[in-house]
Amino acid sequence: MRPFTIERAASPADAAAAAMRTQGAKFIAGGTNLIDLMKLEIETPTHLIDVNGLELDSITETDSGGLRIGALVRNTALATDRRVRRDYGVLTRAIMAGASGQLRNKASTAGNLLQRTRCPYFYDPNMPCNKRDPGSGCAALEGFSRQLGVVGISDACIATHPGDMAVALRVLDAAVETVKPDGQVRAIPLADFHRLWGDTPHIETLLEPGELITAVTLPSPVGGKHFYQKVRDRRSYAFALVSVAAVIQRDGTGRVAFGGVAPKPWRMSEADALLPRGAASVVAVAFADARPTEHNAFKIPLAERTLASVIAQARS
Amino acid sequence: MADSDLLKISRRGMLAGSAASVAASSVPMSVALAQAPDVATPPPSADVAMTVNGTRAAVRVDTRVTLLDLLREELQLTGTKKGCDHGQCGACTVLVNGERINSCLSFAFMHQDDEVTTIEGLGMPGDLHPMQAAFIKHDGYQCGYCTPGQICSAVAVLDEIERGIPSHVQEDITDRPRPTNIELRERMSGNICRCGAYSNIADAMADVAEARA
Repeated sequence: MRPFTIERAASPADAAAAAMRTQGAKFIAGGTNLIDLMKLEIETPTHLIDVNGLELDSITETDSGGLRIGALVRNTALATDRRVRRDYGVLTRAIMAGASGQLRNKASTAGNLLQRTRCPYFYDPNMPCNKRDPGSGCAALEGFSRQLGVVGISDACIATHPGDMAVALRVLDAAVETVKPDGQVRAIPLADFHRLWGDTPHIETLLEPGELITAVTLPSPVGGKHFYQKVRDRRSYAFALVSVAAVIQRDGTGRVAFGGVAPKPWRMSEADALLPRGAASVVAVAFADARPTEHNAFKIPLAERTLASVIAQARS
Repeated sequence: MADSDLLKISRRGMLAGSAASVAASSVPMSVALAQAPDVATPPPSADVAMTVNGTRAAVRVDTRVTLLDLLREELQLTGTKKGCDHGQCGACTVLVNGERINSCLSFAFMHQDDEVTTIEGLGMPGDLHPMQAAFIKHDGYQCGYCTPGQICSAVAVLDEIERGIPSHVQEDITDRPRPTNIELRERMSGNICRCGAYSNIADAMADVAEARA
């Protein structure tokens, strides 16, 4: 691991300003993904800004009847919150389908959104990777791509966003609140937060240099039955091959987002509208532009079958 | 490196050096040489004080030192094991302020004023924690390498169930979880046992949970 200096931020705006002051600086919260990547020298920050002291660790009710989740709320705490379990069950289900108990105790809400892909070629510094080393090429295109993306990808990178939590947040129409180094704040819809990266796969989100996530907000509850169904190579502690986050109402209408298939949680309003017509109709639209490899083409029928299972549970 | 420098290398320096060479083996040699640390400038360090197994520990550490390496190399608490060092195996699991974490994925400097409990703090021969005794009774290990992490995790799992923390296998997430076999197995999935003692570990945990109920 490369040496780095540290500082502890006094306020969110102070942290964002500090990130601009020092070249090569990064924020650290739970550290569960960043430290792993630093050990492999895939991430090489020269300065870490420890944001754990900032008071961003509570979940409060918003004026519009939703919830504001502090950026530092740990995954376990978020999934356990009584209001989340009652009104946003898909979020609890998604978080608890990811990682291990140890990791969820440390991982933060903001950090979960910013975790890097688990593409094996991103993790192997001997291999070309446009995400890790822009312009070096993509070893995954001709390599083992079983785990990788089928839709929203590009010729430069076919990685996926690996998270589960973000897929649920997408189906709940969450927004990401931030503060910039100049002190300005903004809210970014989660729908826009992760980029479809095209030929710049090293730029994964809309965050500007130094911009710090302060919270994630949820609109008021939408009712319905909540599902997060995750298909993976083992029953626990593995990344999704395909996951389905869905909120389905009594009349069969609803919302659906897919995980494990794209650079971001994959949801299309045109596909949502077809939920009453069944899984095949939804998937035909949501994956109309899919460009799978021979190794991961199975993900499209798997997505359809997983959604069909969710719809069947919703009807029962 | 001059011979006189070689003589000054400590055990810790040797370990750090061998760890660096493992990391370097995955990058071209020319890159590894170019990145050789400058021995003249000491790397950045930080002061941190925490309570470990009830005893105050105040140390100055390289900012890169993980909680795991602090416990093992500075405090000589070698019960906590280094398995994968990447948060995949759970051998390094310890309790921090009562919650289990992977100590390999946490920098020591981030634990100011924390209360850390390792396997040595749970119990020692002659004064075993009930979970340690149950692992012995149920043969919850073979080689024993993952066992300290398994036991720390197991203690935390029963506490998490008592506190109502939900899990992936719970049918109704608004309900109180119960320490069923499937619940225990799901909640222990972050602790890998190469010897495959899983069923006996779950039995040991069920025994402790039953005694508490």
